[in-house]
Amino acid sequence: MSRIQTLFHRKNTRVLNIYFTAGYPELNSTLAIIAQLEKSGADVIEIGMPYSDPIADGPVIQQSSAKALQNGMSIEVLFTQLSELRSLCSIPVVLMGYMNPVLQYGFEKFCEQASKVGIDGIILPDMPVIEFERVYSPVLKKYGLDMIFLVTPETSEQRVRLLNQCSSGFLYAVSSSSTTGKDKDFSKVEQYLERLLSYRLHNPILVGFGIHNAATFTAATKYAQGAIVGSAFIKWLDEKGATTESIDHFVKNIKGV
Amino acid sequence: MHTQFSVPDADGYYGEFGGAYIPEMLFQNVEQLRTQYRLIMEEESFQKEFNALLKDYVGRPTPLFHAKRLSEKYATTILLKREDLCHTGAHKINNTVGQVLLAQRLGKKRIIAETGAGQHGVATATVCALKGLECIVYMGEKDMQRQEPNVARMRMLGATVIPATSGSKTLKDATNEAIRDWINNPVDTHYIIGSVVGPHPYPDMVARFQSIISKEIQDQLLNEYGVDKPTRVMACVGGGSNAAGAFYHFLDDSEVEIVAVEAAGHGVHSGMSAATTQLGVTGVLHGSKSIVMQTSDGQVVEPHSISAGLDYPGIGPLHAHLFNSGRGIFINATDEEAMKAAFEISQLEGIIPALETAHAFAVLNDMKFDPSDITVICLSGRGDKDLSTYMAELKKQVDHE
Ligand SMILES: Cc1ncc(COP(=O)(O)O)c(C=O)c1O
Repeated sequence: MSRIQTLFHRKNTRVLNIYFTAGYPELNSTLAIIAQLEKSGADVIEIGMPYSDPIADGPVIQQSSAKALQNGMSIEVLFTQLSELRSLCSIPVVLMGYMNPVLQYGFEKFCEQASKVGIDGIILPDMPVIEFERVYSPVLKKYGLDMIFLVTPETSEQRVRLLNQCSSGFLYAVSSSSTTGKDKDFSKVEQYLERLLSYRLHNPILVGFGIHNAATFTAATKYAQGAIVGSAFIKWLDEKGATTESIDHFVKNIKGV
Repeated sequence: MHTQFSVPDADGYYGEFGGAYIPEMLFQNVEQLRTQYRLIMEEESFQKEFNALLKDYVGRPTPLFHAKRLSEKYATTILLKREDLCHTGAHKINNTVGQVLLAQRLGKKRIIAETGAGQHGVATATVCALKGLECIVYMGEKDMQRQEPNVARMRMLGATVIPATSGSKTLKDATNEAIRDWINNPVDTHYIIGSVVGPHPYPDMVARFQSIISKEIQDQLLNEYGVDKPTRVMACVGGGSNAAGAFYHFLDDSEVEIVAVEAAGHGVHSGMSAATTQLGVTGVLHGSKSIVMQTSDGQVVEPHSISAGLDYPGIGPLHAHLFNSGRGIFINATDEEAMKAAFEISQLEGIIPALETAHAFAVLNDMKFDPSDITVICLSGRGDKDLSTYMAELKKQVDHE
């Protein structure tokens, strides 16, 4: 069983996945943030690989990506930092990014390195399903990596099932068709999550985009196994700094403990 | 085996380039377009309205003009396809008329677009005004400064112009912002991409709308010169829509030479260039796999060209395939060469070209022509929008004297 599957086997409610951008706020803050997130009670960590043209991201994550790139972050640097990942972190860690930098690094080399440092899954929102099926799926399998696809409220049932088939680990439900960081009307989100639930998919569902406090986390996890917090955490780091206390405060506040 | 150059395969690939690399949030919209565009374009009522607007509103067919003094200089025959005479001053409107009619048939009420030189933005704002549709145009902050008259035109036409302030503040970033707008407005909005870039079906759809250019060239050559094809067709390439339109009906005839001219900026290896095929490698930008200018870490670089319409770090997948397969000849011209050519064409033929277009003329010196050759150059746009850049050059010339 993969690390992600083991997690959901043990715990299938209120799973908290926290996203942050690698190399933000400082080039070398990556590992310290990971260690503190686990200590404070995050269940999954999603590391954003910064990209110059992040079309699926809103202004907060765009700015953190631009800053991280300025700081000198790259896939190469990230893997060097992550070589110590498994000596200080035991929860699932996934990488999120865009196709272009990964292709430039080399897709297979990327999977090999990710697997070597102990990464569990990959999220590449602009990977086409037909390319996944034709080219990339066997490579991900070879290195034991879970691939996580996104679904939206506009995604048809047939396509949700297809994306669920292609995914392993979990399915990423975007809470509305929107770039990251937009506030959401939660009654609509609930209807959508009920619909997903009714499909009885084999993957657990994590809800992303727009979750920023205990109330939205609780609302999102009523119908899904867990939720992903991204922009709200970046904004917090920006305002309060990436200290032990600030990260601890943020995670406990979202979890309502 | 897929052998045609002009059209992609069923998944939108030209050779290894193309496809639809989009986040799921865009899937529904792009899928609707993919399944509908050919059907709608082939409807009789669509064809009728499209052709009527091209004729009476855009002013087509545009002339194929024999540039006699230019021809004399190179001892050959050079014909200019006068897209500069289109309403709004460039070829861009052929595509916006088509896409606005398509958007209406898809039931969309809100139109968004990106623009570099402002020509595509103006063309979009124009057709939206004609059809009473809301129009939002994203434009890089830097481009808003260097193409100020076009910003004013868009606003006068009732469009909202939103500055793109991220990255290099040019066309690439305006495109990012337009894509994000589309993600956030998934139901009522159609995104009119201004070139043969973007996810499938955009490159094919835009090429089809622009293919009226080569269709007319074909007819005009036959009727006015008694030949069924030219020796070569030349065009400047930003994303590649005027080039795709001018090449289209000749792409699958290997006897016709295809010449694409990119913007070298300060020089291909100066670090200030936009010559994508010379500097780029295979990558993904704005939804398709193509040739992309990027760092070794896969970050898209900020290009440079004096012409805002060519200041783009990518190229349409059709052109990436023409380049890689050797079907097209890709050459380039610097800022300085383009500027010189703009003045030369103005004074030889009495036509002030857009700075983008001037790149296509700037390479003539480096080419070999037979007296019997017939060379068609796509004169993609007029120079009104570049007047402030030309005025600065004039001032330099006066100061020098
Ligand atoms: C007159 C003119 N020519 C050429 C271009 C470049 O675009 P494309 O390569 O799509 O024809 C532009 C773009 O703004 C333009 O305004």
